[in-house]
Amino acid sequence: MLETLSQPWPWYISGAVIALIMVILLFFGKSFGFSSNLRVICAACGAGKRVPFFDFNWKDQLWNLLFLVGAILGGYISATFLSNGEAVQISQATIQDIQQLGFSAPQGMQPQELFGMEAFLSFKAIALLLAGGLLIGFGSRYAGGCTSGHAISGLSNLQWPSLVAVIGFFIGGLVMTFLLFPLIF
Amino acid sequence: MKGLKFILTGILFGIVMSKSEAISWYRIQEMFRFQAFHMYGIIGTAVILGVMAVFLIKKYNLKDYQGNLITFTPKEKSIPRYLLGGIIFGLGWALVGACPGPLFVNLGYAYWPILLAIFGGVAGTYLYGVVKDRLPH
Repeated sequence: MLETLSQPWPWYISGAVIALIMVILLFFGKSFGFSSNLRVICAACGAGKRVPFFDFNWKDQLWNLLFLVGAILGGYISATFLSNGEAVQISQATIQDIQQLGFSAPQGMQPQELFGMEAFLSFKAIALLLAGGLLIGFGSRYAGGCTSGHAISGLSNLQWPSLVAVIGFFIGGLVMTFLLFPLIF
Repeated sequence: MKGLKFILTGILFGIVMSKSEAISWYRIQEMFRFQAFHMYGIIGTAVILGVMAVFLIKKYNLKDYQGNLITFTPKEKSIPRYLLGGIIFGLGWALVGACPGPLFVNLGYAYWPILLAIFGGVAGTYLYGVVKDRLPH
């Protein structure tokens, strides 16, 4: 059993469980959307005193922070008990493309160049992670949601604004991958 | 422990995102390069089943565990905020190789530099709050 669980899970299992999580949260009277947590963190740190956007009763959103804590624990459980330590099985074409950019072939879940401890010693890696995070935080709040709030919850409710947002996600992702990556890396 | 159920749901989320490798920068690169079906399969399956679930919840007026009718808030109708915000988000998603959920799941994997991206995410959210009234929505 544990051995089976330690293999990478197929996409249809993952997709079904993600839909199940959305439904579970609906039955808890909540709505699946992860990036709201970033706004809640700002509010909990007292940003509401200076900026009206953060002046709301963030304690109503404590449930979502607990979900966030669970997500970290889930990562820890996977890494510690459910991992066979194998490299991510991406396609050969992707490996060739990222090698041309200077990344090595996968050896685990993440590239060491960006997420290994040596990244803390690289000005470039630090700047890229900060800048990327900034874009994620700014963009998700501007768009009113991220992958969970728009691509999963919004599309499931057939909201066309969510479709516009998801199209935007892909425009941004393609511009970064094909136009900016060759300049950055 | 009223909060425990949310922690447990979060754990399920963290495990499924990890085990299907959806938290991996490599998988996000593969997706944006259209070199595998994997990520499209995950999102596509979730959306198809999600549409069916929401349809049934509405059709049968299902209630949550406290007996309240499950309702859905429609998104405000607009183009600029979703398109512009979406593009900005997409740039960051491809660069870091993680959207907000996986940013935190990766912490459980002890990929500590992702803390920089999380800090950036909180700072970006704060920045949006400061300038939001000057942006087209």
